[in-house]
Order: sequence, then C-alpha cells, then structure tokens
Amino acid sequence: MSTSTVHEETKSKPLGGRFVGAASNYIDERTSISGIVKELGRKIFPDHWSFMLGEIALWSFVVVLLSGTFLTFFFQASMVPTHYNGAFPPMRGVEMTAAFESALRISFDVRGGLLVRQIHHWAALVFIAGIGVHMLRVFFTGAFRKPRELNWVIGYVLFILALAEGFTGYSLPDDLLSGNGLRIIDGMVKGLPVIGTWTSFLIFGGEFPGSDIVGRLYTLHILILPLLVIAFVALHLMLMIINKHTQFAGPGRTNDNVVGYPMMPVYMSKMGGYLFIVFGVIVLIASFFQILPFWEYGPYDPSPISAGTQPDWYIGFADGALRLAPPNLDVVFLNHTWSFGILIPVLVLGLFIVVVAVYPFIEAWITGDKREHHIAQRPRNAATRTAIGVAGVIFYAVLWAAASSDLIATHFMVTMEGVIHTLQATLILGPILGYFATKRICIALQKKDREIVLHGYESGRIVRLPGGEYIEVHQPVDVYDRWKLIDVDNYEPLVVRPNAKGRIPWTENVRSALSRWFYEDRLSPLTQAEITEADSHQQHVSINTEETVAHEVLDAHQRAGVAEDQIVSSDGEKIGETPNVPSSVIAKDPVKKPKNPADGRE
Amino acid sequence: MAHDDDSKALDRASQPSPGLAVAVSDPVQNPGLPPHRERMTDRDPKAMKAAVRTVYTLFYLSVAGSIWAVAAYMLFPIESGALIDVRHNNMFIGIGIALALLSIGIGAIHWSKAIMSDKEYIEERHPTRGKDETRAAAVQAFAEANEESGFGRRKMIRNSLIAALVASVVPGITLFRGLAPFNTPENPIAGDPVALLSHTMWKKGMRLARDPDGTPIRAADVQIGNAVHVIPQPLAELGHEEGYLEEKAKAIVLLMRLLPEQLIEDENRKTWSYDGIVAYSKVCTHVGCPVALYEQQTHHLLCPCHQSQFDVTEHAKVIFGPAARPLPQLPIAIDDEGYLVAQSDFTEPVGPSFWERH
Repeated sequence: MSTSTVHEETKSKPLGGRFVGAASNYIDERTSISGIVKELGRKIFPDHWSFMLGEIALWSFVVVLLSGTFLTFFFQASMVPTHYNGAFPPMRGVEMTAAFESALRISFDVRGGLLVRQIHHWAALVFIAGIGVHMLRVFFTGAFRKPRELNWVIGYVLFILALAEGFTGYSLPDDLLSGNGLRIIDGMVKGLPVIGTWTSFLIFGGEFPGSDIVGRLYTLHILILPLLVIAFVALHLMLMIINKHTQFAGPGRTNDNVVGYPMMPVYMSKMGGYLFIVFGVIVLIASFFQILPFWEYGPYDPSPISAGTQPDWYIGFADGALRLAPPNLDVVFLNHTWSFGILIPVLVLGLFIVVVAVYPFIEAWITGDKREHHIAQRPRNAATRTAIGVAGVIFYAVLWAAASSDLIATHFMVTMEGVIHTLQATLILGPILGYFATKRICIALQKKDREIVLHGYESGRIVRLPGGEYIEVHQPVDVYDRWKLIDVDNYEPLVVRPNAKGRIPWTENVRSALSRWFYEDRLSPLTQAEITEADSHQQHVSINTEETVAHEVLDAHQRAGVAEDQIVSSDGEKIGETPNVPSSVIAKDPVKKPKNPADGRE
Repeated sequence: MAHDDDSKALDRASQPSPGLAVAVSDPVQNPGLPPHRERMTDRDPKAMKAAVRTVYTLFYLSVAGSIWAVAAYMLFPIESGALIDVRHNNMFIGIGIALALLSIGIGAIHWSKAIMSDKEYIEERHPTRGKDETRAAAVQAFAEANEESGFGRRKMIRNSLIAALVASVVPGITLFRGLAPFNTPENPIAGDPVALLSHTMWKKGMRLARDPDGTPIRAADVQIGNAVHVIPQPLAELGHEEGYLEEKAKAIVLLMRLLPEQLIEDENRKTWSYDGIVAYSKVCTHVGCPVALYEQQTHHLLCPCHQSQFDVTEHAKVIFGPAARPLPQLPIAIDDEGYLVAQSDFTEPVGPSFWERH
C-alpha cells in the first residue's frame, strides 16, 4: 500500500473516529483482516426459533468453560487420603481423598464457590440437553442432507464428547454416588471379551478403585476432552459458515438463496444477547436449585449405597440398557466367560449410536440424491424419516426411563419386576408402534396442508342462510403463508433395472426395497395448475355464496314486505367476531363484509 | 432420468444427480418476498423512544445487578460453616449475577428486534464444491508434488515410510502399560489382574466384623431376620494408603440369619453356614454395586443399582434382574469364643464377570 493512500484515508474522518480508524488500519496492515470482515460482517443468516437450539449448546459450553476454569484453581485432582478441617461441621475430621476435600472447600470455604460449582454442573446439563434438542431439530428437518452430512457427524462426535465430559466431571468429587458410577463402568469394562480385565486394570491403575482414577479423569476432563470439543465446535461452525445455514421454506426463500438478517449488527446483537440470556438463566438456576449435594453422600466407600441410585440424566439411557438385560446370560465358552448380560446392552447401545451417526449416509444412499439441500423440511413432509426419528426417540426414552425403574416402582406402587418387564416389551414394541403412528400422522398432516392450500381453512364461521341452510365459510389462505404449506420435493421408489452387464446387483435390490419403504405412500406435490384451478374455484364459490345470500335475503325481505331501502346494515355494531385461525396460517381477509370497509380488521 | 444411477457421469459434468427425486413438471410458483411490514417502532416515534428507553434501562439495571453481586459477596459471609449461610451467599450473589447477565441479554435482543433495521436481505448461495478451475489447480498441485517426490512411483519408499510411521506409534502405546503396576518382589501378583481378582483378604479363621468399626460378631448376637454388613476384622485397621478401599471393594460380605429349615442348601455346602447364619459376598455379580438391600420377609437381596435380586435361601441364586451368577458364598464357622470366622477365602472370584474367569 502506498503512503499516499494511507494519508488519504486518515485525512477524511474515518468511521468510529481517529483512534478506531488508526487501530483498524494498524491491524489490517498486519493481518489483512478487512477481507474477513468483508466476508462475514454482513453475512446473512436466516431466522427461526429452532435455529437457536444449537446456540443454547454453544453458549452453555462457554459457561462451562468459564466456570470450570474457576473451579480448577481450587480443585485437587488427587486421591491422597486427608481429613477435612474447614468450616462445614458435619464433614470435619472425616477421612477422605484430597479430591473430595477440595470439592468440600469449594462449596463451603470459598465464597461463591458453591455458586460456581452449581453453575458448572447446571451448565453442563444444559450443554448436553442443548445438543440433544439441536440434534433433534437437525434430524427432523432433514438439515443433515448434502452438503451437511459431515457436519452432522461432527456434531454427533460433539454429543459423544459432551457425554464423556459429563461423566468424567461427575466422577471427580470422588463421592459415594460417583464412586458407584465408576464401579458400574468398571463392571461393564470387565465384561468386555478379551480386553475387559486388562482395560479395567489399566484404567484404574490396578484394582478398583485404586488411587489414580480421579487424576486421570481430571486430565481427560480439563485437557483432552475440552480441546477436542473446542476443535470440533470450531469445525462445526466453520462448516456452518461455508455451507450457509439452512432456512425453512417461505415466500422468497429458495434453495439458491438465504433470506434473513446480516451478521452485523442484527445477529451480533441477537447472538451476543443470547449468550447473556443463556448464562443468566443458568446462573439463576444455580442460585435457586441445588445440584449434587455430594456432602450428603460422603466420600466413596465400596460398601454403603442408597436405594434409588441413579446417574446424571444424560447417562440414564446407558444405565437403563444395563437394567433391561434379561438374567443369567453369562456363557462359558472356550474356557472364557462371555457376559452377554453386559455385552448385549453395550452392543445395542453401540449399534444405536452408530446408526444415528451414519443415518445421513444411509438416507443419501437410498435416495441417490446428490444435489445440495438448503431448505429445512417440515417433518411431516418427510414422513418416513420422521417416523424413524420418533421410533429412535422412543427407543432412547424407554432406555432412559429404565434408569429410573426402581423409582417408578416405588412412586407408582407397582412391582419392580412389572416395571422392568413392561419396559422390556415397550423397548421393542414402542418404536414399532411409534413408527407407524407417526407415519400415518405425518401423511394425514400432509393431506390437511393440501386441503388448506386448495380449499382454504375452516374459518369456524357458520352462516345460516335465510333459507335455513347452514354453511361454513372457508377462508382462502394468504398467498405467502400458503407457500409454506406447499411441499415441492418429490421422490419415487427405485425401479430396479439391470446394469450394463445385464445383472441386478443385490445392493440395488436392497436399495429398491428401502426406497419403497421410504417413498411408496407419499403424496405427489401440487402443481401450479391445481392451485390456479383451486383459486378460481374458490373465487367462484365465494362469489356464488355471496350471490345466494344476497338473493335469499332479498327474497326473504320481499316475502316479509319490507322495502329494500328500509334495511339498515347491522355492521355498525361490532360483534367482535374473531376467526379461528390455525397457528400456521394467517388470514388475509378474516371476515368478508360487504359494506362499511372501515370496520375491516387486519 | 428419474432413476438414473450413473451419478458419477453426472457429477463429472458438475450436474448433481437428483437420484430418486422426480421433477414436478408444473411446480407451484414461489410468490417471492412478501411486502415488508412495519413494526410499531418504525411507525410510531413514541414507540421507538419507549424501546430505546427500555434498552438503556435494562443495561443500567445490569450495572445495578453487578454491583449487588459484589455487595452480596461481602454481605453474606460463609465462614460460620452453617448451611444456611452458604445458601444465602449462593443465592444472593447468584441473583445479582443473573440480573446483570439477563439484563444485558434481554436488552441486546430487544435492541436488535425493535430498534435495529429489520430489513431482510437476500444472499445468493453457491455450490459448496470449488470452482472447476480451483479443483483442477488442486489436482495439479497434488500431481506435481507426486511427480516431484515420486511418492506414487517409488512404492518401496512410500510403503516403508508407512510401516515406519505405524511402528513408531507402538512404543508410545507400550508406555501405557505403565498405567497399572507390575509384579514386584513384595507383591508378586501386583501386575496380574486375574490373580488379584481371584482372591480377597478373607483367610481361614479370620473373624467377621461389623462394617465399618470392625467389632467382631458373635453368632449368638445375630438374631433371626438380621442382616449385618460385614468386613474382615483386620480390614478396619488398614489405612487408606495400604489398600483399604481396594480390599474392601472385594471383601465386603452380607451376613443373614434365617431359620435353618428355610435354607435349601447343596450337599457340599451344608457346612458353609452356621445354624441358619449365611454369609454372601456383597459385591453384585452384575457390575459390582454393593447388594445392600435385604428383604427380610422374602429373604431376597436386591441390588439398588440395576435391581438384580438374589434368593438367600437358595445360595443367593439370581431370581430377577441382569445379574448372571449367584453371589459367591463365604464359608463360615465359629471359633472357641463363639465369634463368627471364615473357613477360607471365597471359593470363586467375587464381583462382576470377567473374560478370564474360568
């Protein structure tokens, strides 16, 4: 850059004043950051409430990082035996590990320490929950389709990492509950064929519980796992920027554009504000709701335990899977113990996790669709996928509920065995029923949408004609809102054809069967011709209705002998009639009134 | 076209295959962006003023919240150790911080929604794939690098490099053997998990003692229907540095007294109980939780973690739940003073199943 241009820039008053201008110039001349600002500063993001679910996860992770860093200044990740002699009387003089002791000190001897610890724990829960709902949003709207399959996998890895972060953090205070949690992990690991015994031996640095595990989990919890999370979050966001965010179908929105507000200033303000809201809500929860009162459980001891033992909710599905395994499944084969009571749940969970992770590729293979998809689908318009998703959710939910089988039994006064057997049956039948019910509901909703598009919505306004006939007035849908109801995608099941060699590979047969499963009972999209016809029909009907009404009114008046000019319009008095508008539909003209347009409401 | 699977050819032409998607011949036309609707704040200067006022009030409120949080930090000490003081400290600092944060957040979002321009912009999307020239240049870069290095051509170099890189990881992995101890002269089985899992500290003649204080138990003191949590007597003297928790994790026992006729005992285990008193490992054979709940009426033991149930009358066999094996029985007898003692160690490994168990 020549000196003359610099001179020129500084001469005209720069944006933000002389200092900001000079600072920006200084930085840009050393980083060429203006290019990034140019690219991203006014980047357009679409708006929808469900797009902020991922933000919840992101911002709660920021909260986790900040609060966790504070905790590291006080926490001792050591299992050296020691005695507590701080302010909290019930625990004074009790023998415990340094980890437990420092957790007590954070809670009772550091002002605001309990708050930060509770913020950290609550934020971690919100983090995982945020990831969960974000994943559901992405799944059910098909936002994982090309070009976002990889980002789905990255996000899924983040979900697993978050679970690992949760579990490792949960185990750090070395209290009775977390110790039992580790004991369960130890038992599960030991049940693995070939590697189990040694893996457990190495993890715990000898026999369970040993004196190493807290330090090792700590390294994972504050170093390796957070690094991975940060790296994957960075990747996740980078790909989001490169792919641009999906948007829902709407007027003016196409697969080739993004309609929304610019990064600066709107999203900067909205997202930044949202960080503070997520943070604030978490702090609010942490100030009022106690979480993990580990001092009530005491330090870990292998002998005591309390009834109603449960892990943190996000590990529940794994614990529930263990509970639902049938009894007596140990098999001694080849002089080795195969503990299928553990292997089956582990395999089922592993399979579930893998299937969810690779689902985008399965669907892409079935459809063979290599185009990019940037319009988030309405779940009902992808009936089979939505049904599969619901089946998966039910499967997960049953496993999750099973983690509380004992509490369900005691709270509802039913037998423990009954609860387990019911859940075992539900684990198999629930997803199947859920699948079929959801698919039918989705297709019914598609039909309802079509009905509304073609014939307007039922206004709920019943008109009695002077002749005694009752009609319900159907209101046409606003053309912009109507567009949201119209599904434009159309797929047909694969018809298998021999390839160049005259053969049909078995993979194609599988694909064809799967594609039939996906697309056989699907409505084909509406055409413009159908819409136009429906519009003209609608117009015709409403004109017709008005004519009939007018005609009948006139007839009635004539019969009654009232002259035409004596009739006074009743529109003067407002009835306050509000049409019953479906939430997704906004009426353009809610109530048709022949006279006195000043009263027309919008 | 609809079922054209030769997607590669299409890809090459940079025309992605629609797969099973079929085009609608006469698709419904997108009506285009709806007319912009003005907000209250756009129409009414008063509303705009009110919105501005709301936003800066919120921001000042945030300052107040922060000040309050600092004040609460000083006003609510916790040094008394009373739980209520800790609660107050927690709550009042928290309220201040929450107010400070929420006010910033709500203010900023209100600013963006009510005051900032709500004009929607349209940005075009472009295919994610790089432009053809870029891709060609990338391929060219690889081709030239390959040509210049001979990476593809000199297979011996390449393969030996791959072998070396893979091999170089192995020492690193080997180091992780150090996560667990090796055998030592003092403890010849310290590095052998199978041997460690196969034994507990129970020995012939070792007294059964109450958990955790270590007082020995006389058979006469155990009433019918009682369940006693038991440890080996020497364990109580063991320090945490000397493997207290590790030994305890294996050696814990649950002692119960039933009517002798209620016990359905195997012929070869008849001598393992004493006058209706039986002792079973308290470590669940499922994944190792303590089987701590005894149902006196049904003589069932219940594991609170995964609800495995064991029938004490029949050698603690599994009657429900995911456990696969009965709880190991500790053979017991009484010594000359009437105290309960172990006849030997457990005759099988306690706790969860593991690969080398048989």
